[in-house]
Amino acid sequence: MATSFSSATIPLHGSQENRLLLPPIRLAPSSSSFLGSTRSLTIPSSRRLYHAHAARRSPVVGVQEVVKDKKITNTLLITKEEGLVLYEDMILGRSFEDMCAQMYYRGKMFGFVHLYNGQEAVSTGFIKLLTQSDSVVSTYRDHVHALSKGVSARAVMSELFGKVTGCCRGQGGSMHMFSKEHNVLGGFAFIGEGIPVATGAAFTSKYKREVLKQDCEDVTIAFFGDGTCNNGQFYECLNMAALYKLPIIFVVENNLWAIGMSHLRSTSDPEIWKKGPAFGMPGVHVDGMDVLKVREVAKEAVTRARRGEGPTLVECETYRFRGHSLADPDELRDAAEKAKYAARDPITALKKYLVENKLANEAELKSIEKKIDELVEEAVEFADASPQPGRSQLLENVFADPKGFGIGPDGRYRCEDPKFTEGTAQV
Amino acid sequence: MSAILQGGVASTALSPFKTTDSNKLVTAPSRSSLSVRSRSDWSKSFGSRLIARRSQPPLIPNAVATKKTDNAESSTSSKSGHELLLFEALQEGLEEEMDRDPHVCVMGEDVGHYGGSYKVTKGLADKFGDLRVLDTPICENAFTGMGIGAAMTGLRPVIEGMNMGFLLLAFNQISNNCGMLHYTSGGQFTIPVVIRGPGGVGRQLGAEHSQRLESYFQSIPGIQMVACSTPYNAKGLMKAAIRSENPVILFEHVLLYNLKESIPDEEYICNLEEAEMVRPGEHITILTYSRMRYHVMQAAKTLVNKGYDPEVIDIRSLKPFDLYTIGNSVKKTHRVLIVEECMRTGGIGASLTAAINENFHDYLDAPVMCLSSQDVPTPYAGTLEEWTVVQPAQIVTAVEQLCQ
Repeated sequence: MATSFSSATIPLHGSQENRLLLPPIRLAPSSSSFLGSTRSLTIPSSRRLYHAHAARRSPVVGVQEVVKDKKITNTLLITKEEGLVLYEDMILGRSFEDMCAQMYYRGKMFGFVHLYNGQEAVSTGFIKLLTQSDSVVSTYRDHVHALSKGVSARAVMSELFGKVTGCCRGQGGSMHMFSKEHNVLGGFAFIGEGIPVATGAAFTSKYKREVLKQDCEDVTIAFFGDGTCNNGQFYECLNMAALYKLPIIFVVENNLWAIGMSHLRSTSDPEIWKKGPAFGMPGVHVDGMDVLKVREVAKEAVTRARRGEGPTLVECETYRFRGHSLADPDELRDAAEKAKYAARDPITALKKYLVENKLANEAELKSIEKKIDELVEEAVEFADASPQPGRSQLLENVFADPKGFGIGPDGRYRCEDPKFTEGTAQV
Repeated sequence: MSAILQGGVASTALSPFKTTDSNKLVTAPSRSSLSVRSRSDWSKSFGSRLIARRSQPPLIPNAVATKKTDNAESSTSSKSGHELLLFEALQEGLEEEMDRDPHVCVMGEDVGHYGGSYKVTKGLADKFGDLRVLDTPICENAFTGMGIGAAMTGLRPVIEGMNMGFLLLAFNQISNNCGMLHYTSGGQFTIPVVIRGPGGVGRQLGAEHSQRLESYFQSIPGIQMVACSTPYNAKGLMKAAIRSENPVILFEHVLLYNLKESIPDEEYICNLEEAEMVRPGEHITILTYSRMRYHVMQAAKTLVNKGYDPEVIDIRSLKPFDLYTIGNSVKKTHRVLIVEECMRTGGIGASLTAAINENFHDYLDAPVMCLSSQDVPTPYAGTLEEWTVVQPAQIVTAVEQLCQ
């Protein structure tokens, strides 16, 4: 069953570039209008999970439900331009991640690499509604969040290769994608660690508005998974965000698996959206394999936040087509479950929607795919050609003020030692 | 609370004079006579009033001549100052910085309406509002992380742990995010937070409220740690920490909040990386910080009476160590005693011993001795608690042993 408001037909004229100036929401303004979907997950065991999924209608049908009358084009959820932007972003995410897998197996990148295949709808659906000054906080599955936010594929690929031209100068790696320019606040290796940081960014937004009297409507989106929803930091931040009415959106990418731990085996009440109202914020469940549905929910949540009405908890039901990381053999998940979700591939769904609603034709979409392929190839070439960090970079950036390394026995600050810039000083 | 904390060098124990003029040492005998006259009552309860110092000629406040700001005169004989307690000095420093920069904000439990559990933030919420002095719910990990996120996006939060021990709950954020994000982001984001709070063994507060976290945090790369011990350096370090672009952890001590001292009216900051020369001497270098400074000064009184001339340095900067001041002292006296409140195992003293041995081995006439607290959870019973921390008598014995 689709989410509660996909049956509405009021056109939405959201624009991506600027602040969302949407007409007042059609549902009742109180938070109770958002108290999750009517869908309930009653089957307790993971084996029968995919049966529950089979019982639901496919997202393509759900999207088409909204299009009641094809004659009036403004009942479509998106315009052609928006549709192409969404498509391009999802294709970029998918191609980039596929290329990462190739490069990993060729020995160009190392360590833990977590790929986002299958979850593109969530990233694209939310982040494409944001402006440059809005912030995004993610976890270790952060390549695509960075790409959607605007970090160039070259910078991300170089970072993965550990080169100096990477977005974090090669010092962060796969799990620490940061960008000051695009306000990507990480990239965190421990789950739940980024949620307080996101809460802090939202706090700054409120502070700027109320204390510094600046015109600030920036929102922050925190992305994290189902496993994180059993972690204390999540609850502590839900409390504070609702208490202080911070402009933040908590997006749960519920892909049902935390490495090998099924969500149903680890959570007493698996319906995460319900935890929002317990803290005084709306909790929404949405089909995370359908970018248009995600986008609708996102618009609502972002508008709420910009208007100062506080946080929202959005649970996106999604799925990762690959293992937890490239080192995960992915043996625990049922092949039938994977097949069911593969049939709901968000890119295929959007493509079908665009073509069937005459928003784009096959040729245009093909040209986008080709363009992205070239972009990703070029990113790999750039990363390959970039230099490795030199020894001199070792001691830089440990402190913002390198006097923090202290005063050496000779009375000079250690950072004044000429060997410091060579990376060979004793600190 | 009536007990006085005067050391054998009377007022100068609490003024950060750092004279490099060794002629001053000629006055050592007269200092001991001064100590007889001073109202020093070494009862166990640390109290408030400190004796106004007798007039001294203006002193050079720096061991390492660097900042002009540090030259602001601390000796009140030459300029007028105002007297206040240590927690008021912290408050003054905090208030001045909040006035100066609207991005400075405070977050912690009970810092707002309650005024802070040790009154360090008293009155600030009324002046600056509830958002700038934020009363958080009891979630150390989350509000420390919130402070870090706020710092990354432009604010300068001062995060208070009601008791330092509570920051153990924030260890994830302090270690992973506070210390590391500047590096893992390739220098893109700075985290100018100050994390402060009272720690140390108090008056029968029990094991969990008597923790010394310096040893746990010292390995975290990317943070600086300082410990204040007098109203003068408390205010100076608070201001310097807030102005610093690095994350700084400021350790205060529960028993030192009511120390009274006269501090200058003019604005000053203390250098975060420097140590403080408390009492120059010739025979032995005693390195200490926080509350143990006062135990050392009390022992110094006894030692001076016995004819020893200890040089006492308050290291102040726990990470990184000021190896210049310490090194100069070691080169002069050739004997080192470290007196600290940290645990024996893996404490600040252990690191300092290693650093001294590594850098100044040739200058030592005797092995570095380190007096630390016992590796014991702090007991509730008063007598037991007394035995877990270093007492002046032990310091005297150690000095006598080292100086044989």
